[in-house]
Amino acid sequence: MTALWCALPALAVILVWVAFQDAIILRLITDHLPSGVRDLPRNELSLVLNDVRNLVAGNVPEASVSEAVRAASAEYVHLRGISRMALTVLVMVMAVGTILVVRSRITPELRARNRVEIVVEWLLIGCSTIAVFTTIGIVASVAFEAFRFFQHISPIDFLFGTSWSPQMAIRADQVGSSGSFGAVPLFAGTALISFIAMLIAVPIGLYSAIYLAEYAHPRFRTWAKPLLEVLAGVPTVVYGFFAALTIGPALRGWGEGLGLNVASESALAAGFVMGIMIIPFVSSLADDMISAVPQSLRDGAYALGATRSETIKQVVLRAALPGIVGGVLLAVSRAIGETMIVVMAAGLAANLTANPLEAVTTVTVQIVTLLVGDQEFDSPKTLAAFALGLVLFLVTLALNVLALHIVRKYREQYE
Amino acid sequence: MSNTNKPRRTAQETQAIVTASLRRRYWAERRFRTYGLAAIVAALTFLVYLFFVIFSNGMGAFRQSELKLDIYYDPAVIDPAGTRNPDDLHAADYQALIRAALKKKFPDVEGRAGTRELTRLVSGSAAFELQREVVKDPNLIGTTRSEWLLASDAVDLLQKGHIERALPEAERPVSDQQLGWVDRLRSEGSLDLKFNKTFLSKGDSREPEAAGIWGAVVGSFFTLALTLLLSFPIGVAAAVYLEEFARRNRWTDLIEVNINNLAAVPSIVFGLLGLAVFIGFFGLPRSAPLVGAMVLTLLTLPTIIIASRAALKSVPPSIREAALGMGASKIQMVTHHVIPLALPGMLTGTIIGMARALGESAPLLMIGMVAFIVDIPKGVTDASTVLPVQVFLWSDSPERGFVEKTSGAIIVLLAFLVVMNTTAVILRKKFERRW
Repeated sequence: MTALWCALPALAVILVWVAFQDAIILRLITDHLPSGVRDLPRNELSLVLNDVRNLVAGNVPEASVSEAVRAASAEYVHLRGISRMALTVLVMVMAVGTILVVRSRITPELRARNRVEIVVEWLLIGCSTIAVFTTIGIVASVAFEAFRFFQHISPIDFLFGTSWSPQMAIRADQVGSSGSFGAVPLFAGTALISFIAMLIAVPIGLYSAIYLAEYAHPRFRTWAKPLLEVLAGVPTVVYGFFAALTIGPALRGWGEGLGLNVASESALAAGFVMGIMIIPFVSSLADDMISAVPQSLRDGAYALGATRSETIKQVVLRAALPGIVGGVLLAVSRAIGETMIVVMAAGLAANLTANPLEAVTTVTVQIVTLLVGDQEFDSPKTLAAFALGLVLFLVTLALNVLALHIVRKYREQYE
Repeated sequence: MSNTNKPRRTAQETQAIVTASLRRRYWAERRFRTYGLAAIVAALTFLVYLFFVIFSNGMGAFRQSELKLDIYYDPAVIDPAGTRNPDDLHAADYQALIRAALKKKFPDVEGRAGTRELTRLVSGSAAFELQREVVKDPNLIGTTRSEWLLASDAVDLLQKGHIERALPEAERPVSDQQLGWVDRLRSEGSLDLKFNKTFLSKGDSREPEAAGIWGAVVGSFFTLALTLLLSFPIGVAAAVYLEEFARRNRWTDLIEVNINNLAAVPSIVFGLLGLAVFIGFFGLPRSAPLVGAMVLTLLTLPTIIIASRAALKSVPPSIREAALGMGASKIQMVTHHVIPLALPGMLTGTIIGMARALGESAPLLMIGMVAFIVDIPKGVTDASTVLPVQVFLWSDSPERGFVEKTSGAIIVLLAFLVVMNTTAVILRKKFERRW
């Protein structure tokens, strides 16, 4: 307990100190900068301060920066030294102080263990709430940036506009300066690719699950099921590479053979590979659901003279239907949120079409292309990514909640 | 079968109808069964084909063409003043040494264009290799040594058979003249495929032949180690609280629903969170394994919590009652008895979560771990990249040589994943206990 009392307040001080040290030092330096530099607008000032920090970290040669920056960085190092000394002294004093206080409190009557356990329990509670804070963090951060985006672009234009070209002018006199942020082509592209993926994944996944759960010899099952799961364990970049390297060009080649014009980044290629990736999700969930159907239902059907396939089609699948639908919804949400495959295998240009042979783009592709590379936090271009992220989060959240609700309802039915 | 509902039908008639339909029904049965099997076979065929494509493309990445040249470490080029000053040694023109050695080998080559063609046989990074050797051991200056130098990308592709010799000269990256030189070198035994040390020990590069995955491997290591350090204690603590301490009420229900939902949120959304909160709000460095690990921690926590709770659930209540009966406090009961028994299950879940984190790249793109980074990262705040992102970066490169490197990197990534998942399976098999 003494150790706890010694460590906790000191640790708290260190955390607070480290969190604010940089800001305070930078403020001090800013005040000491030559007045010409200090009066710069905010963003240029932050550039100067970045120079200072880079110089301190040794990232840039000393000769390449101005005199003011060099002086400021020397001061930075100096202040940082002072700050570290002060921190060490303060922490030592606090630690020793709390030890002394707590020592004097230790008596035979003190229930030290109980007190420590209370602290531990609060620690556990703290850890378990991280999940909640993560959700709050996601909603708050994404919604906040999205809100700033909607101050530039109206939500109606964003959700129902049909033209997407997120180029914003850097200079006012640039040609083609106004971007348009109608996200309908992205939603349509996402839906198209997800639909193709589900066309592949649902039949194959469902039939595999039926075979594994109802027909397969246990020995076949023990090695076939893990092998199917391997498909889910392969990183999605690998699928993306596979789609871009093999499937895309192959489809293009076949298309030419048939006299069709297939884009090499066609929705079909991305959807097809995504479907393969999703097979194990569908199959393992459907497998669980089919196995959860009570044997008595099957026995009843057999007793009426039904064959196995008739039993499966007319009894087992019907009984398992809600669970399977829940599983498929989860798979859809996975397809919508999948990023790497579409980034590597689908197109970049927004294209409002239902033709699977053309290149379309998706919500996730646009988030990646908008945010990778140089970014400023106040241009509508990068903020648009957060608005798209908000839509993505809300849609997948709704699908997940619905699916989990259905699955849970279904499980309760047979338990 | 319009008469099925007519009441007066003898048993024989029914029998006949059923028998007549049996053939069709058995046929349907067999067909249904075949569909099921075909589905599994199709899925597994995709798997095999995927691995076949990756391996057939990627095995070449582990071998690399190298040229043997007699390099004369000419003092007049490296160190004309004879001072052995390290700065001078760094700055010398090592390309000239290679050029001289090549000219000695092919004395009939003349003119600037010819020399340029000739030096294109050797990788641009070979000069740096010589520089490193000389700086390490200045006594080399003035001697002649036979060195194996990295061949250029084009020579490497030719050697591995990725370039059609039959193509017209304009359509292939090597000229007829170079083709002749390569054939002569090969017949002399001075051009050979060697084990590719560069690939496994160097960082990224713009030149395919000099690019390696070590930087990405180290970046992945830092990121994963930190993810493990953060997510395992937090995940286990959360699971212990929810399973052993929490009373069921609205608050714990909320936490549970949250965890289940987070497990299904697209990973890119976690990247947005990391970008907005960790980088935008807290001002942590971009591209650093530190931020990557924090994002991946949030991403893997639900997996770990769910697995740990299942492990805790499987510990029978009698153990808890016995411990409490002996006078242990609740915390003692949990830390001394329940957690040790549930640990294998928790570790299995954690390893599976880590394997998922290792293959994850979308959220890391968001926080800037896609930079082109040559240096091997030395700490958790250095800019770095990770294996799957390296795969992504290389797959975007236009050079043909990177296709092989990408597949090679994927093989390494898959090897790590196989090792991790096998460990998890072995752990589960070994410590699985039926109560």
